[in-house]
Amino acid sequence: MKLYDSVELAARNLRESLLRNSLTTLGISVGVASLVAMLSLGIGLQRLFSRKLQRSLFDTVVVSSRRDLRSFTREQDTEGPAAAESPDLDENARAKIAAVPGVLEAYPDLRFIAELRFEDKPHLTMIAGLPLLDKNSDAFQGMQGTFFSTENAHEVILQKMFAAELLGKHVRNPDEIKVAEVAQPLLSKQMVLRYAEREAGGAAADSASYSVISRELILTIVGVTDLDPDSTRGNFRARLFIPQKLMEGMHAMQAYETPDSTHATSKEAIYSFVVARVNGAGKVESVEQAIKKLGFNTFSILDASHSLQRAFRIVDIFLGIFGSLALTVASIGIINTLVMAILERRREIGIMKAVGASDADVRGLFFAEAGAMGVLGGVLGVIIGWLIGRAINFGTNIYLVRQGFSREDIWAVPFWLIAAALAFSFIVSLISGLYPASRAAKLDPVQALRYE
Amino acid sequence: MGRSTIRAVDGVSLKIGSGEFVALLGASGSGKSSLLNLIAGLDSPTSGSVVVADRDLAALSREELAVYRRHTVGMVFQSFNLIPSMTVLENVELPLRFAEVERSRRGAMAAKALEQVGLSGRLRHRPIELSGGEQQRVALARALINQPNLLLADEPTGNLDSRTGTEVMELIRRLNESLKMTVVLVTHERDLAEKYAERLISLADGKIVADQPNPARAMARGES
Repeated sequence: MKLYDSVELAARNLRESLLRNSLTTLGISVGVASLVAMLSLGIGLQRLFSRKLQRSLFDTVVVSSRRDLRSFTREQDTEGPAAAESPDLDENARAKIAAVPGVLEAYPDLRFIAELRFEDKPHLTMIAGLPLLDKNSDAFQGMQGTFFSTENAHEVILQKMFAAELLGKHVRNPDEIKVAEVAQPLLSKQMVLRYAEREAGGAAADSASYSVISRELILTIVGVTDLDPDSTRGNFRARLFIPQKLMEGMHAMQAYETPDSTHATSKEAIYSFVVARVNGAGKVESVEQAIKKLGFNTFSILDASHSLQRAFRIVDIFLGIFGSLALTVASIGIINTLVMAILERRREIGIMKAVGASDADVRGLFFAEAGAMGVLGGVLGVIIGWLIGRAINFGTNIYLVRQGFSREDIWAVPFWLIAAALAFSFIVSLISGLYPASRAAKLDPVQALRYE
Repeated sequence: MGRSTIRAVDGVSLKIGSGEFVALLGASGSGKSSLLNLIAGLDSPTSGSVVVADRDLAALSREELAVYRRHTVGMVFQSFNLIPSMTVLENVELPLRFAEVERSRRGAMAAKALEQVGLSGRLRHRPIELSGGEQQRVALARALINQPNLLLADEPTGNLDSRTGTEVMELIRRLNESLKMTVVLVTHERDLAEKYAERLISLADGKIVADQPNPARAMARGES
């Protein structure tokens, strides 16, 4: 029998016991829905965290002194000297880090809270230095305008959230801001940066004293970023960027000043963090090891993302197992329905065999019925799963907004998940149909025809 | 102790010629239906052979037997055995599906077969909406749809009144005569067998007790 004949007869048979087959199909759809809902939640959460981490900084190692007990590294470092004996993170250390094989450039992480005036309105935000090397970073994908023209240019790049703030828009969700719209009125405009310069010496030009002088700098807005290049810095996250060399020459009071900062002079700065740009993400691990041996702490996105990915894999597996349990129950429903159908249609199977149906025809017919229930249940399940996901997202966002957080997509149904759920539902249904189909095919036609 | 083996058909040796109209006569349990099932390829003998058109059915696989039933044999039963959920046309089309006949040709073939049995006007009806005689004619159209050489009728008039039974039997006789189709009729009604069959084979306890030409039928042929 041709496939379309099997499918047509299967559809007819399914219609004949509409209620029972609909309930079985509903069972499959609930199974598929739970699988889709569970996995889409896992995928959504993973994407949310990945978004937060940003893809930009995978080739970056952040180096801090062990003397700074606020360091990123929570675990005890076993390599290198203890905190009290570890070296200062100064120019000498920076040179050593820059010399580590695989490091393209090492530059101090300089950032401070800047007071800005734009169109006579004051604004306060974190500002950071960016080396010219960052021009090609993924973090600047979709940026409007240009990168800095030179390493000392009096130019500034804004993060789009801050750009929106300058324009008087107060939006919580970055996805609601179109970078081109906020960039267009700001590019080429000027803003005034007010900052505190640390000047060494004073009266006694020894190392132990310095004075603070208020300075102003006029900057031209050259770019607005779509992404968040500084997303990993938490509360110290900058939303305004100026060229690194310009920043270094400003000797501005830093956001992370520590007791060690008092050792510093304008000639010999002590940094809280040095950023090492590595020649490819694959070398991050070896560079981190080498820098740790120099006596510093290191942190990279790779460390965080590895453990995060591992954690999400495990979560996905568990969510998948819970989702599959419902589908397993549904598959037992298919077996039950089809075995019942064999009993009810015993005589019909006998008639079919008497008029020329082969075992394969009968088997194909039951497979087609199981497959049809699987496909219908799968489609319905994906729709239900999608609706559940939407509902979870909607409910969570209501809660988040009420709690003062920004809206987040904690749920995602990628195309591959829909395709995989449909395929899985179809395959599980066919497997469930194996036993009933084989049983129906083996029916003795003489016995089947006698059945009343 | 345990199950005992019942020999439904035992030591039967029988040859039926092409185009013959043969009646298998016997009381209930005499083995006539079992013999018919063996000829139909629905059952296989535990020993011996059933040779139809030079092929030993006992040696055929299940798949080959299905092909044999599909193309060589047409069957009608006492209880009609139509599928209640299908229309008359769909019931008649069913063997064509298994024979993988193109969908576009099936409707016309089934309609023609139904026309042969005088049921052109009931194509879209369900079997339950038809009388017993009409249902048996649908079963007959279904049996004929693949143009088999052999028509096996198992008590075809058993559920019909005498007038309708006669109509069905006349139809079978016409097919036998016009298409030279071999007919094996199973019945317990001697009168019916004598009226239509050329040869009467009587069975009792699974054995042939008599195998003779039907003089009444020969006489009728001679007269006609």
